[in-house]
Amino acid sequence: MVYPLLWLIGSSFKTHQEIFSNMTSLIPKKITFENYIEGWKGFGGITFATFFKNSFILSTGVTIGVLISSTMIAYGLSRIAFPGRNFWFTTIMLTLLLPGQVLIVPRYILFYKLGWVNSFKPLIIPAFFGGPFFIFLMMQFIRGIPYEYDEAASIDGASKYQIFWYIILPGLKPAIITSIIFAFYWTWDDFMGPLLYLNKPELYPVALALKAFADPTTITNWGAVFAMSVLSLVPIFFIFVFFQKYMEAGIATTSVSKL
Amino acid sequence: MSNIIAGYFFISPWIIGFLVFILFPLVASFLLSFTKYDVLGTPKFIGLENWQRMFFEDRRFYNALRATFKYVVFAVPFRLLFAFIVALVLNLVEHKIIRLYRAIYYVPSLVGGSVAVAVMWKQIFGMDGLVNYILQNFFGFSEKIMWLGDPRFAIWTLILLAMWQFGSPMLIFLAGLKQIPVELYEAASIDGASFWRQLFKITIPLLSPVIFFNLVMQTIGGFMVFTQAYIITGGAPLDTTLFYALYVYQKAFRDYDMGYASAMAWFMLVIVAIVTFLLFRSSKKWVYYEAGEVK
Repeated sequence: MVYPLLWLIGSSFKTHQEIFSNMTSLIPKKITFENYIEGWKGFGGITFATFFKNSFILSTGVTIGVLISSTMIAYGLSRIAFPGRNFWFTTIMLTLLLPGQVLIVPRYILFYKLGWVNSFKPLIIPAFFGGPFFIFLMMQFIRGIPYEYDEAASIDGASKYQIFWYIILPGLKPAIITSIIFAFYWTWDDFMGPLLYLNKPELYPVALALKAFADPTTITNWGAVFAMSVLSLVPIFFIFVFFQKYMEAGIATTSVSKL
Repeated sequence: MSNIIAGYFFISPWIIGFLVFILFPLVASFLLSFTKYDVLGTPKFIGLENWQRMFFEDRRFYNALRATFKYVVFAVPFRLLFAFIVALVLNLVEHKIIRLYRAIYYVPSLVGGSVAVAVMWKQIFGMDGLVNYILQNFFGFSEKIMWLGDPRFAIWTLILLAMWQFGSPMLIFLAGLKQIPVELYEAASIDGASFWRQLFKITIPLLSPVIFFNLVMQTIGGFMVFTQAYIITGGAPLDTTLFYALYVYQKAFRDYDMGYASAMAWFMLVIVAIVTFLLFRSSKKWVYYEAGEVK
């Protein structure tokens, strides 16, 4: 299970010759950082520093958008009774089941007409309008905050907006951490979005750069490809291990209320 | 009244997002499916021509359907079975294993969808890759096997990668397993029920809602598989890994045939809707909801 990854890490520290001559071993005979130095140079005069920076901007932007929008929407749907609530909740559940690829062509045309292609806008801005998965996740967590808190605050004269700010948001801390992990990871890992909307290498995030880096069918420098692959996984790996508790809870809660 | 204002205030991002980024594209792509359109010009109405071409003339469309169904039929059950077994094991030994060790065990599979892993897979199954190296040096194979270039093998390398990505359904299973009351197993053990009997009479029925959830989400995800095929095989050899989403992508963004791609996308929506509907129908027969919890 873990072997392929350990193999990837091991290979990234091997010399060019050893990668192929001593392929199965996980531990290099002689540890070299040459692959990392070479790989970092990137291609077309653009280093991986740029690609990492792009990934970081995209992931941060999407995460902020998702957090603001999904906490608001989830609160509105969970704790305020208003006509139309069920209808809008249904649209969220249906969107959750909707195969996203159906939307790709018209969305591309929309963003193209808006002049957003070759910018981060088509990838970041939609996040500010709510993702069904995150809304659903937040709603699951809001259930765990006793409604009596809302009522008590309401009796004391708090408005719905104050309740959201002073009661729900602080109570949602675990859900917020969970959402940060997933939003960050999914955006970091997203390949198709950047593939569609970003055609200039200087805008590439790491995922796209790796593919471009490894693209020619006869790659000669596998070592450098391995090294950059390892680097691209490092932040994700640490986030997962570090916030394991939240990540497990996040994945688990999405299925708790069943379909 | 203030509730109406507050309610709509809070969900306003979703209303805008749904109308602009979901509903409008859905309707637009349906209309576009009756046109010829290359993004730069104006859409030209051509009636049912795209649909006709798709169903009656385009062999690659059927290749894509075949590859996608094959992938879904094998990758989804295998991944779920694998996830289920790992969850069972981790659940049994949980108190003996420290948390960190458990994370190291499954986190690799969570990153399995990464481009980095796809690139690695391409090397592992390449002509001069790890698999051929092992076969030649340890099992005495004289010839190298073209794992990614042989129509018999290529799709299986992708299915194997899919199995390796068992992490997230596994965690969902694990959470479900923890909710099953221990007393049930204790009572069953006292009555002398074997492990297998407990598995089939307690664990699986009580876990069935979770199994169903995983099945639906993984099936929908399976129909949309794209990145791995795009990076590892590019749809080759002989279209055996030309997954539907990959073909839609090629039609739209390589051939700029937006009308045709829209027709294809809509047909996928219909297929997924039918499959999801059938899964929900079947769930009445095998998914067990506790009394009082029936939806």
